[in-house]
Amino acid sequence: MQTYEIKKDIYWVGAVDWGIRDFHGYSTYAGSTYNAYLMLDEKVVLFDTVKKEFKSDLLHRIRSIIDPEKIDYIVVNHVEMDHSGSLPEIIDIIKPEKIICSTMGEKNLKAHFHREDWPYHVVKTGDSISCGKRTIQFIETRMLHWPDSMFSYIPEEKLLISSDAFGQHLATSQRFDDEVNETVLMYQAQKYYANIITLYSPQVRKLLKSVKDMGIEIDMIAPDHGIIWRKDPMKILNAYEDWSHHRGCKKALVIYDTMWHSTEMMAKAVADGIESQGVNVQLIDLSVNHRSDVMTEVIDSKGICLGSPTLNNGLLPRMAGFLMYMKGLRPTNKYGAAFGSYGWSGESVKLLNKAMEEMKFEIIHEGIRVKYVPDHDTLKLCNELGKKMGEMVKAGCERE
Amino acid sequence: MQKYKCQVCGYVYDPDIGDDSSGIEPGTAFEDLPDDWVCPICGAEKDQFEPTDD
Repeated sequence: MQTYEIKKDIYWVGAVDWGIRDFHGYSTYAGSTYNAYLMLDEKVVLFDTVKKEFKSDLLHRIRSIIDPEKIDYIVVNHVEMDHSGSLPEIIDIIKPEKIICSTMGEKNLKAHFHREDWPYHVVKTGDSISCGKRTIQFIETRMLHWPDSMFSYIPEEKLLISSDAFGQHLATSQRFDDEVNETVLMYQAQKYYANIITLYSPQVRKLLKSVKDMGIEIDMIAPDHGIIWRKDPMKILNAYEDWSHHRGCKKALVIYDTMWHSTEMMAKAVADGIESQGVNVQLIDLSVNHRSDVMTEVIDSKGICLGSPTLNNGLLPRMAGFLMYMKGLRPTNKYGAAFGSYGWSGESVKLLNKAMEEMKFEIIHEGIRVKYVPDHDTLKLCNELGKKMGEMVKAGCERE
Repeated sequence: MQKYKCQVCGYVYDPDIGDDSSGIEPGTAFEDLPDDWVCPICGAEKDQFEPTDD
C-alpha cells in the first residue's frame, strides 16, 4: 500500500474514504481522508489514527515502513472517533511507551474507551518532547473544535500537524495542495470551515494571533483531513483569518422553501432587487440544496434573506431544520430580512426574524407577509426589500 | 447568586455548587473566581461567560 514521505522520515500513513457521503449531517460528496502521520527518529511517533473501519489501511501503510511494535509514542491530537476509533486495537498491537495527549484528551480518551491502564502522558501548551533529532512542541487548541484538540509542531521541520483545523473533506490520490485543483481545494476548505469551525471563530482568531506572537515558522501544514499544505500554507492561514471574522464579500443569499410557489415568487423578486444593486446574489431553494452547502455560502455572505410560508402556525420543516443547523454554527456580522406567504395566521416572518435576532443579525426590514398569492404590488415591495438589502451589503462591505 | 453560562460549550457556572475540578468552593461568586480560572468542560476563559437564568 502506497505511503507518502511528506518530509524526510515523516510519512502520511492515513486512509482515503472514497465512499462517505454524509458525515453526521455534513454532505461529503467528495469523500474524505483520515490522515495519520508517522515520524521515524530515535523515538518513533505516530500522530493520530484513523476511523475504526480503516484500521487495516493504517497498519498496512505503517508495516510497509516499519514494524508497528517499534512505535514508541502515539500522539492523540484529537479524540473524535474518525481519528481515534482504531486506537484500542492499534494500541494492543503497538504497545506504545506513551500516549501523548492534552489534559482534556486524557479525560475524553477515558470517557470513550474506558481504559485506565493506558500509558497516558499529558502535555500542555509550551511543553515539548525530544524524539532524537527532532522535537515535538504542543499547542492546546481547546474547542477547535473539541475540548481535547491540540496541534503538534515540529520546529526542525517547520511542520505543523494541525488536527482538524485547516482540513477538508476531499478524497484524492494526491496528498499536496500543489497537486490538486486549487478552486476545488479552497471550496472544500471553506465548506469545512463553514460547517465545522464557524462556531469556534473566536478561538480561531485567538489561535492565529498566538501563532503569530509565538513567531513559529511554518512551511507545511498537515491536517487530519484532506490535502497537506506545502506550496502555500499562508493561503489557508489567511483564509481562516477572513472566515473567522465572518467577512462578507458583496454577496447576499435568498434562502427559501415554498409550498405553492408564492414564497418562491417573493424570493425571486427579492433576489432581483439585490442583483439590481450590483451585488452577487444566490437564490437557494432548500428543497434542492443540502444544508451544509448552504452554510458554505453563508460564511462569506453579508446579507441573508429568509423566506418561508406558514405551515400549521410555524415554519416549513426544511426551513426550521436549516435554522436549527445555522443557529448552532452561530454565523455573525450579517444583515437579515424575512418574507413569506400564509393562508390564515401567518407566523413565519415573525419566527424567521426571531431566529435572526437570536443570531444577532441586523434586521434591516420588518419583513413582508402576503396572504396566499402575491400580486404585482407585493412583488414590487419584495423587490424594494431586495434593493435595500443590496445597498446595505454594498455599504457594509465597503466599510469592512 | 447569578449563574454564568459558557458561550462556547454551554456549561453553566452555578455559584451554589462551585467547581470541584478546580478546587472552587460552593458559595464562590463568578466575579470572585480567579482570573486564570477556565471552563471545566471546554477550557474557555472567563470573558467567554455571560449571565444566565438557566
